[in-house]
Amino acid sequence: MNPVLAAERLGRILPGEMPVTLVRDIDLEVERGEFLVIMGPSGSGKSSLLYLLGLLDTPTSGRVLLDGQDTSGYGEDQLANTRLRRLGFVFQFHFLLAEFTVLENVRLPMRRLGALDEETARHRAKDLLDQFGLRDHAHKHPHQLSGGQRQRVAIARALANDPMMILADEPTGNLDSHASANVQEILHNLTRQMGKTVVAVTHDLNFAGAADRRIGIVDGQIDLDWQM
Amino acid sequence: MSVQLAIAVTQLISRRRPTLVSLTGIALGVAFFLAVSSLMRGSERDFIKRLIDNSPHITVSDEYRHAQKQPVRERWPEGAIEVRRVKPLTEVRGIRGHGQKLAFIESLPGLRAAPVLVGSVVLTFAGRIEGVTLNGIIPEKMKGVSTIEEKLIHGSLEALATNPNGIAIGDGLAKKFGLEMGSVVNVSSPAGEVRTLKVTGIFHTGNVNYDDSQTFVLLKRAQGLLDRANRINRLILQLDDPYAARETAAVIERRIGYKSLSWQESAEDLMSVLLVRNLIMYSVVAAILVVASFGIYNTISTIVMEKIQDIAILKSMGFHARDIRRIFLAEGLILGALGSLIGVTLGIGLMWLLAQVEIKPPGATEIVHLPIYWGWEQYLMAAGFALASAAGAAYLPARKAGQVQPVTILRGMA
Repeated sequence: MNPVLAAERLGRILPGEMPVTLVRDIDLEVERGEFLVIMGPSGSGKSSLLYLLGLLDTPTSGRVLLDGQDTSGYGEDQLANTRLRRLGFVFQFHFLLAEFTVLENVRLPMRRLGALDEETARHRAKDLLDQFGLRDHAHKHPHQLSGGQRQRVAIARALANDPMMILADEPTGNLDSHASANVQEILHNLTRQMGKTVVAVTHDLNFAGAADRRIGIVDGQIDLDWQM
Repeated sequence: MSVQLAIAVTQLISRRRPTLVSLTGIALGVAFFLAVSSLMRGSERDFIKRLIDNSPHITVSDEYRHAQKQPVRERWPEGAIEVRRVKPLTEVRGIRGHGQKLAFIESLPGLRAAPVLVGSVVLTFAGRIEGVTLNGIIPEKMKGVSTIEEKLIHGSLEALATNPNGIAIGDGLAKKFGLEMGSVVNVSSPAGEVRTLKVTGIFHTGNVNYDDSQTFVLLKRAQGLLDRANRINRLILQLDDPYAARETAAVIERRIGYKSLSWQESAEDLMSVLLVRNLIMYSVVAAILVVASFGIYNTISTIVMEKIQDIAILKSMGFHARDIRRIFLAEGLILGALGSLIGVTLGIGLMWLLAQVEIKPPGATEIVHLPIYWGWEQYLMAAGFALASAAGAAYLPARKAGQVQPVTILRGMA
């Protein structure tokens, strides 16, 4: 079976007077339903790798294959469409739109895709919130929630269009240990119960402990010997 | 509501103060636009109305626009022809066959015509002598084409009809000669005829030159005085729609050959002055709106800067650059449309206030109101300008927002 996500000799150099190599020659395969954690010291290039894998950034060399499809020829619109339908993002900061309610935030990707009618979309958004114990907070604004709750809303939003993969960048970076454990459990369950693939970047050892596989990144390259 | 529009509306509502400030800018711009435009257009129409009221809409005179061509040139327009010692046919002045011509003109819809014989005579009274213009008219027909009857301060046009020796003069002339109603004056023509006429009407048009030099008598009397029996040299026309004068004059001239002058043609210089004046006025008021749209530019630029994380997350979520552009363009258009709406309401209020203003021009006796033009096209123009400059002002920040690379923002946050 094809890996759901593959990187082939992936490289990213920031151009400029003094070019900076963010990611160098990375080969990586992620299986469907896998919970993969990318670890590494600050500035190692792990977030940059995640952005490349999530089609947020375009590599300067190599390519990313999503479900066996080469994405290197994609234009900006096609990349955006792929992100909209097939990928979900969770960041260290929740990035919820402050003026919208929790429910509206979760509905945003659905409204952009426009595949569901209003009623079904609302229903689905409520189900997602329900799943993460946020039923009673649907009509609150993000600033009325705790950090852990916000992050759960962000995960619900990432799942809005039923993507095949969730990419998480330090999802527990801003959370206390209790909330971290909760988020970790949710992501774990996504792979086990919903068959989603999760690729997460983290510093958090506890979080990394729950993953199926861990890879270390040092100076933009995979370092097999890297240990926390 | 599309998701882009929903985001636009939400962002505007959440930033109430700058939104209100830029709305006020556009609204005031539109209101001033309307106030100035209505005043300028109003005064223009007032001016044109006076022009139209006080002069014939079309004057057909016994002249040709172009010299008559020799028949041989008509036959061979390209031929190398020379005709020597040509002397034009001596023609008795006046419109030939005016009966038929008048009948044709009167068969055209929406107009009235009156035949006039105009000539110069000398007025003598108590040792004073003055050359004046004598207008021979048929009072009944004249009433349909001229406001002279309304301008009579003493007597009436009917008095001319009943008294073949009556004459109507301007109050300027009356004062100069010390004439009153019933005064008797001597009128002598270049043809050598002399008649004694009685003042049966005195008019005041407000045009000093006119009041000093124009006189009206019965057409028959004028024809006798000027020794031009059964002749006229002018046809004066009044139209229901004065703005059709140019076309109607062309139709008449093509058919009867004599020069037909519309009021637009005779006032061409004034009309072009008015056009230039309008162009200047609209450039200035449009500039007000362009300045006002800087408020929109400012507001939307600020929103883009403040919401750059939202833009980044929306793009990472799968929003296209054009979705983001649409959000901010929509904000500009919403501000433009709302501002126009408020501005038009405010503008109508201002126009109403201006219409209440009473002024007494120096030297005038009557109080006049400021002339205000209420035409609907001004509202469209003001709203159109406002929307266009709002869209223009929103376009630059919107384009910038569309170009945001989510990774750049996310890297900065990490």
